Amino acid sequence: MKSIVSLTVFLFLFLTANGQKFMTRNGFIGFNSHTAMEDIKADNNQVASVIDITTGEIVFQALIKSFRFEKALMEEHFNENYMESEKFPKSTFKGKIQNLAAVDFSKSGKYDVVVEGDLTIHGVTNKVTVNGNIEVITGGLTANSKFNIVPEDYKIEIPGVVRDNIARNLEITITAKYAPVAN
Amino acid sequence: MKIIPVTLLLLLSPVLCAQDDLMDLLDSTAPPETSYSSATFKSTRVLNGHSIEHMPAGQLDVRISHRFGTINSGIYEYFGLDQSNVHFGLEYGITDWLMLGIGRGTYEKTYDGFAKFTILRQSSGAKTMPVSVSWLSGMAVTSLRWSDTARTNYFSSRLSYVHQIMIARKFSPSFSLQLSPTYIHRNLVATELDPNDLYALGAGGRMKLSKRISLNAEYYYLINPKSYMSRQVYDPLSIGFDIETGGHVFQLIFTNSVAMIEKGFIGETTGSWLKGDIHFGFNISRVFTLKK
Repeated sequence: MKSIVSLTVFLFLFLTANGQKFMTRNGFIGFNSHTAMEDIKADNNQVASVIDITTGEIVFQALIKSFRFEKALMEEHFNENYMESEKFPKSTFKGKIQNLAAVDFSKSGKYDVVVEGDLTIHGVTNKVTVNGNIEVITGGLTANSKFNIVPEDYKIEIPGVVRDNIARNLEITITAKYAPVAN
Repeated sequence: MKIIPVTLLLLLSPVLCAQDDLMDLLDSTAPPETSYSSATFKSTRVLNGHSIEHMPAGQLDVRISHRFGTINSGIYEYFGLDQSNVHFGLEYGITDWLMLGIGRGTYEKTYDGFAKFTILRQSSGAKTMPVSVSWLSGMAVTSLRWSDTARTNYFSSRLSYVHQIMIARKFSPSFSLQLSPTYIHRNLVATELDPNDLYALGAGGRMKLSKRISLNAEYYYLINPKSYMSRQVYDPLSIGFDIETGGHVFQLIFTNSVAMIEKGFIGETTGSWLKGDIHFGFNISRVFTLKK
């Protein structure tokens, strides 16, 4: 009986102590659309994200209205015509680091990771697997990733007249610097 | 020994719902956001009159507008298409709350200029504002030769002014309405029966038919009694479509007025819908980014 209690206490302490979460509210997501006709680029510097380093779970949240374009008109079209941001104000990602054992959170360094999860854009959820890296730095973590998405996979309609101005594959760049969450 | 399952449950539960916990953690610690309505109207005009929309800073709107003759003029005039009234405009966003515009129109060979101020923006979230409000002040100078050269003609007699408050609400992504109380002052009028000061209440709306096409309607009610004026004037009513293609907005219009500035279409519309004095026309707006 005694051993069970101590084991429980130990496990409980272990989980809380190591249930360490890292969070950011000003992560970066950018996308690039490169075609012969036009280069389109947008940045969002208000991305929120949390990593739980015990479970390897990682989530992202980005407000569509926080993407900034070079041209105000593009931003309006992005929100109004493509992303319908009043109907679908947020994009989210819920995933898990597949090779959590490869990351030594106690030692500074860069570790390649594979993250699998559900990416929701424009109200459509797809399973994605993404490569990236996690860098353990003093007082936090940074996460970086670069991957491609196809707008049509998320039911984002692009009319024929402008189809050649928007890339078939959009390049997404993610950079986020996390700080520990005080428990 | 009942402790074990309870313990296990306690231990497992954080793991099972951890992902939602993480999302909840983000939601619960989110700073309050204010979301501003965008694109209450697609263009800076509802049809003839201004909408609350403005050009953002550094963007130039090059506008070319046409109103043809009346549809009831018959096959000889090709249902109005033989006649054409044009208005050219260059309109620029100085800041995100101030735009300036200049233009020249066929109607009374008029040069015009305006300033439009964005006063309030409709928003929800941390700051809630039910409507967007803009203010327009403009001036027009006719360059017609004087009809009466015997009298002393002053330059000031060529001038007219417009002041307008626009109050709009985007009720849903596809439906917006605007009210526009308007005051117009004309320095010189045709006869003493015609008031120098005109008061009108405008109403305009748009209903999206698809992502890039909307049906718009606009009406101005002239408050001054119309029966005493030296000529029969009517309230302007316009119905049309916004068609958006990338950097262009095309507006196709059916209207009983031929002028494209407030002084003309609000106070001096002589066509009547009921008599078939309907002008077909269009506005083309092309936006250029001058400053990024």
